[in-house]
Amino acid sequence: MSHTGRNIVIGGEAGQGLVTIGQMLTRALIRSGYEVVVSQDYMSRVRGGHNTYSIRVHDAPIAAPAEAMDVLVALNQETVSLHKGEMAEGGIIILDAALDPEGARAVPVPFKDVAPRPIFENVAALGVLGSLLGVDRPTVEGLVRETFGKKGDEVVGQNMKVLDDAWKWAEAHRASCAALPAPKGPKGRMMLHGNEAIALGALAAGVKFCSFYPMTPATSVAQELISKGRKLGVVVEQAEDEIAAMNMALGATYAGAKALVPTSGGGFALMTEGVSLAGVMEAPVVIVLAQRPGPATGLPTRTEQADLNLALYAGHGEFPRAILAPATIEDCFHLTHAAFDLTERFQTPVFVLTDQYLSDSYRAVAPFDLDALPPVAEPDFTPGGGPKFKRYKRYELTESGVSPRKVPGFTETLVLADCHEHTEQGNITEDAGLRNAMNDKRLRKGEGLRKLCIPPRVIGDAKPDLLLVCWGSSEGPVAEAADLLRAKGRSVGVMSFTQVWPLDPAQFLPALRAAKEVVCVEGNATGQFARLLRQETGFEVSRTLLRYDGRIFTPGWLAERLG
Amino acid sequence: MDIEVYGEYKKTAWCPGCGNHDVMKAVRQALAGLDLAPNKVAHVSGIGQAAKAPHYIDLNGFNGLHGRGLPPAQAIKLCNPELTVIAQSGDGCNYGEGGNHFLAAIRRNVDMTLLVHDNQIYGLTKGQASPTTPEGQITKSQPDGVRNAPFNPIAVAVAMKCSFVARSFSGNTAHLVKMIQLAIQHKGFALVDLFSPCVSFNKVNTYGWYKQRCQELPEDYDPTDWAAAMQVAQEFGERIPIGVIYRNDRPSLDASLPVLQKGPLGRQPVDRDGLRALMQSYT
Repeated sequence: MSHTGRNIVIGGEAGQGLVTIGQMLTRALIRSGYEVVVSQDYMSRVRGGHNTYSIRVHDAPIAAPAEAMDVLVALNQETVSLHKGEMAEGGIIILDAALDPEGARAVPVPFKDVAPRPIFENVAALGVLGSLLGVDRPTVEGLVRETFGKKGDEVVGQNMKVLDDAWKWAEAHRASCAALPAPKGPKGRMMLHGNEAIALGALAAGVKFCSFYPMTPATSVAQELISKGRKLGVVVEQAEDEIAAMNMALGATYAGAKALVPTSGGGFALMTEGVSLAGVMEAPVVIVLAQRPGPATGLPTRTEQADLNLALYAGHGEFPRAILAPATIEDCFHLTHAAFDLTERFQTPVFVLTDQYLSDSYRAVAPFDLDALPPVAEPDFTPGGGPKFKRYKRYELTESGVSPRKVPGFTETLVLADCHEHTEQGNITEDAGLRNAMNDKRLRKGEGLRKLCIPPRVIGDAKPDLLLVCWGSSEGPVAEAADLLRAKGRSVGVMSFTQVWPLDPAQFLPALRAAKEVVCVEGNATGQFARLLRQETGFEVSRTLLRYDGRIFTPGWLAERLG
Repeated sequence: MDIEVYGEYKKTAWCPGCGNHDVMKAVRQALAGLDLAPNKVAHVSGIGQAAKAPHYIDLNGFNGLHGRGLPPAQAIKLCNPELTVIAQSGDGCNYGEGGNHFLAAIRRNVDMTLLVHDNQIYGLTKGQASPTTPEGQITKSQPDGVRNAPFNPIAVAVAMKCSFVARSFSGNTAHLVKMIQLAIQHKGFALVDLFSPCVSFNKVNTYGWYKQRCQELPEDYDPTDWAAAMQVAQEFGERIPIGVIYRNDRPSLDASLPVLQKGPLGRQPVDRDGLRALMQSYT
């Protein structure tokens, strides 16, 4: 297969079933053992508009979407008009025979003959695609049977007939499209996107409570916990607003249940007072902040990395926090798991900062090894300690800043959590000395967090001339762009931060200083992470490469600008 | 339970003569009468003078943000159904800043008690109009008189078929104790709007003013009659009815969640086999 693999794009109006076709094809490819990166580009509407579902497929590992289209499935004329200029060399448009290919290389499919009713067109398209790409037919058949099984044998039979007709029709057109090479990946992998991996990571860590208010692109985290986590004993409550969602989560952790709050920028803005409450109350909470472009409603269904500052500075007053930024689907799982441990251990808010691209991007992921996971910290559920029916020292001044966290009802002593500056027992105080002692105690936890900082991942040349710095979901595209540049003979390395706060300069400053040129790649307009690096280390990157049009970084886009 | 177990705090931030002192006394009596151990009660509040209550009684406490007492209170019950959850806060906290949470809590119907110290004024911030200050009343920040129509919490709660709605007065301790006990015993979201006069900033709605108007509902009053309750809820003039105004037996949210029948969520282990099976569903 070519270096870039094959990029299959399905385009049409919302409601035409492009996601259904995309999901089924992606699952068939993963079951067959291919590697995929799915990127979904959709408008904020349920019907109409123009959406695409892109599947980049490869026989070797990939971690970024591609731009040029090898196969475009056009469900309407607009898709042809919009994308005919983006076809790769030898690319082909699959479209209904009634549509006009507008001069592009195309395979017109007589959908009317293949699918008896429009409802079968998705399966017909799947049959044509499967056949042209040479996907393992029994795998696709099994998927169709599974998908329609619940609707009874008759529906399964009808769909299998459509699949068979479409497959046979396409066989006569095989010459128009090169088949995929044999897959090399293992079987039994999951088809998982970022938000699903976050939900699984939370479940593995023992999440028991999730409060949320629906907001794209974070909603599917809560949705996964509702549809799949409920059986595992999670209470998920749709709150009246994000303010309630955040404050509920703090009530939940006070009661000893691990809590998760998924949201996006606008919703998170409403939660910030609650973040501050978590800071002073020393309440654990994991916040999943899935970024989308702002300000305000911005581009509601697209992607950006512009809420780093928001996560970093949200909440009045000063208190420690940690911000983890997954780069991959596996990171989404492991870092969410780690976030629960950190928040329980340090009793302060911990963020998982993702974005729409990663939230919605399906990949082939091996099931996670639960036995290999480190244990997650817990509050003190033991009955002993503290005076009976009197307040114990919930906010005991300790060297680490971490105080014993007992759980109401599990012990005879009383737990008072408070939003004011308070005494060790949690009572309101205005004492200047105690105020400083408490503030210092809370900030000492930040030092503990710093000691556990996850070092950035270093990819490519160890001592490169050009070092590309990135954080979060940009890693995949940046790493592949580095490959492209290396193929042209350049010395390029990548430093990818999956934890963006706190930072430990000892982990990365020497490498930054050693490179001839350091370019920080970010999905925002002001280079927020580059500024943070300078603030924390004094190191100034040579330049920033920024994208803030709501679109995803691709290796081609990056390589062109780094050329 | 001996009433002494809940402690008695002489030093509070409340003015001498403030209705809150009587409310706290009533809360202690109510809890002692129900034999509730201090460690089995979660006492939640927001911000305001009334919201300082968790600091002045020996119970588990959660003193949260202004207007935001209800969300954590409900979550605490949803995570540990073995706890008795009581929230206390003022009219500004519950009907102003937290208005949306008040409406949502009525709809959600988690088994908990909300005691609203209603003094028809903002006390902590020194005398601005609250959502329940009568139209026309002159305050420091409404010098031409309040122009907003007052919020009627009882009418709103009854209209929404809140599962328990009562009204009481801090000047009638025996009545208040009874209302608090009935509210705690009720399986669902229970609102007690209780008049607790502000002696410093409300010179209109004084002890005397309330005392003259508050009249207990007759013994033959049927609080399950919604239409009658809607009528009673409108009465706020020369006579203000106190007592259980409305109740129904709609099942509470916590009682309808199967996972809570297994006890507190915090102690339930991670179901690794279930999670492995779940991962298989993504293949």
